[in-house]
Amino acid sequence: MSLQLEQSPTTGDEVISNYTINFGPQHPAAHGVLRMVMELDGEIIERIDPHVGLLHRGTEKLIEHKTYLQALPYFDRLDYCSPLAMEHSYVLAIEKLLNIEVPIRAQYLRVLFAELTRICNHMLNLGSHVMDVGAMTPNLWLFEIREDCLNFFERAAGARMHMAWFRPGGVHQDVPLKLLTDIADWLDTRLPTLFNDAMSLVVDNRIFKQRNVDIAIVSKDDAVRWGFSGPMIRGSGIPWDIRKSQPYDVYAKMDFEIPVGTRGDCYDRFMVRVEEVRQSAKIMKQCLAEMPLGPIASDDRKVTPPKRAEMKQSMEALIHHFKLYTEGFHVPAGEVYVATESPKGEFGVYLVADGSNKPYRCKIRPTAFSHLQAMDFMSKGHMLPDVTAIIGAIDVVFGECDR
Amino acid sequence: MSVVHSAPKFASNLGVLDALTAALGANVLAAKEEHGEIVLTVKRESIEDVLRLLRDSHEYQQLMEIAGVDYPDRAERFEVVYMLLSLTKNHRVMVKVGAAENTPVPTVTTLWPVAGWLEREVFDMFGVIFSGNTDLRRILTDYGFEGHPFRKDFPLTGYVELRYSEEDKRVVYEPVKLAQDLRQFDFMSPWEGAEYVLPGDEKAAAPPPPPPAPPPPAPAPEVKAKKAPAKKAAAKKAPAKPKGDKK
Repeated sequence: MSLQLEQSPTTGDEVISNYTINFGPQHPAAHGVLRMVMELDGEIIERIDPHVGLLHRGTEKLIEHKTYLQALPYFDRLDYCSPLAMEHSYVLAIEKLLNIEVPIRAQYLRVLFAELTRICNHMLNLGSHVMDVGAMTPNLWLFEIREDCLNFFERAAGARMHMAWFRPGGVHQDVPLKLLTDIADWLDTRLPTLFNDAMSLVVDNRIFKQRNVDIAIVSKDDAVRWGFSGPMIRGSGIPWDIRKSQPYDVYAKMDFEIPVGTRGDCYDRFMVRVEEVRQSAKIMKQCLAEMPLGPIASDDRKVTPPKRAEMKQSMEALIHHFKLYTEGFHVPAGEVYVATESPKGEFGVYLVADGSNKPYRCKIRPTAFSHLQAMDFMSKGHMLPDVTAIIGAIDVVFGECDR
Repeated sequence: MSVVHSAPKFASNLGVLDALTAALGANVLAAKEEHGEIVLTVKRESIEDVLRLLRDSHEYQQLMEIAGVDYPDRAERFEVVYMLLSLTKNHRVMVKVGAAENTPVPTVTTLWPVAGWLEREVFDMFGVIFSGNTDLRRILTDYGFEGHPFRKDFPLTGYVELRYSEEDKRVVYEPVKLAQDLRQFDFMSPWEGAEYVLPGDEKAAAPPPPPPAPPPPAPAPEVKAKKAPAKKAAAKKAPAKPKGDKK
């Protein structure tokens, strides 16, 4: 009697066709509202189609309907992790059109706080990147540093996140001396301790390396062709930093190094950011050491408002104040493209002025838009869990990507 | 004018404008250097060749941005602006083309893959067509959105708004209803060319009033008197405009 084996419906070689899954828009590893339609072969990624724009608020259109000064706070809300870096591009674009001089103390203050913003931004990104690939503790420790940064912002500008502190022609208010000394103490003691502690858990960690080394390798050529900038292009080994090559404010006087990666993978991008934090601290120390006393805003009364005390005495000051806060200043017709090194890369503002008190067109060049577009080619052939590491290393924030 | 601002300083523009216009030849329609920026306006059909030449022969390796601008008064109302960056020469230039709604701009995705999304954005926001872009879908606006929101004639508030409807248990789209008008202040002073007419000034621009009409011929009051005898006195009081009296 021959034994007849029953054919199992679930074993044996079966052809699995590619299937499509939807990642996001609400996903903790998406760093915001990113929807990605992924085509998978088993767990291998074949194709990714990112859908962006879920946070599109029409900022550029809103700016066209506001005066130059009223448009400034919109920039805080673009990349809400590094607000002052966004403002920096915008005020420099206006200053370039107006061609006004910014007092040296204001330039130092801007650089000081732009670098503090960079540290603040990297704390969030490094922490969440680490958490995306499975570690919890460093994120909590890094958030402690971030909290310190936000407290400094609050003491300088009154707001923890949406500072709106830079102004065309300078900054809004001077900072108290105690704040500067506290920042100096913090740079000497708390920041290195906390940061090195947190990084000691991560950078040589076996699991962390397994998740990041050789993931999403981008060659130098690809980085150039895909319009990369910031830590993404430096991670690929191109020493390009706008602070160094096209210095603005007082960056020309600063002594700092540009870290670059060797392999162009996610681990390199992470380590570039780690080193940038240390370099930022170095720049901040130089700012604190060299910063002179003096005015913090341009004395051009057609652009910057007078002091409150002046207004009590001078009729002209009162008129200037009134005109600047109702009508605003007029910017001569022309067009400029000003890009600065934001913590995430090249953040540019293309400003078209028509001679009135409102921008005719303000195109914002986000960093994440180009980087996210390369998501497809970066993750091809990788596993599904690698996607979170790749997104983490891009450092994407949707307030800025979608505008 | 000396440069006193502290915006990013890239390599000198000295001689670049002449070199580029000479290299591009007849493709250049206009070239200028203003506010420290070099702007080349080129023919729309040859944008791909121009950018290829700039990339391969003039070291502008990176395309950082494509911006659309809307000038509704022009025959070709849109401008598409390409921002190029040279990593080796440390220099930036802007290249512009004009376009209308029905004149496609050749795509540059053949030169830079990054142009794909940048062109999609300009298409989405302005409705400029890029011929040759194989993936010209909308990118930033909602699924099923109609119109091109960054055109100057598109209202700031848009046309539809959406909310979650508790009755239908889903998101519903409705025409925009504003609880109060959008405030648009006009700060242009009349000395700076404001286009509106100040209250009271309309009299100055209006043509002079016609000379007073001659007194009505004698039979007219009689005709009127037949129709409405009670109004006769009024008609006599104001002979200049007897027809103003409609009752």
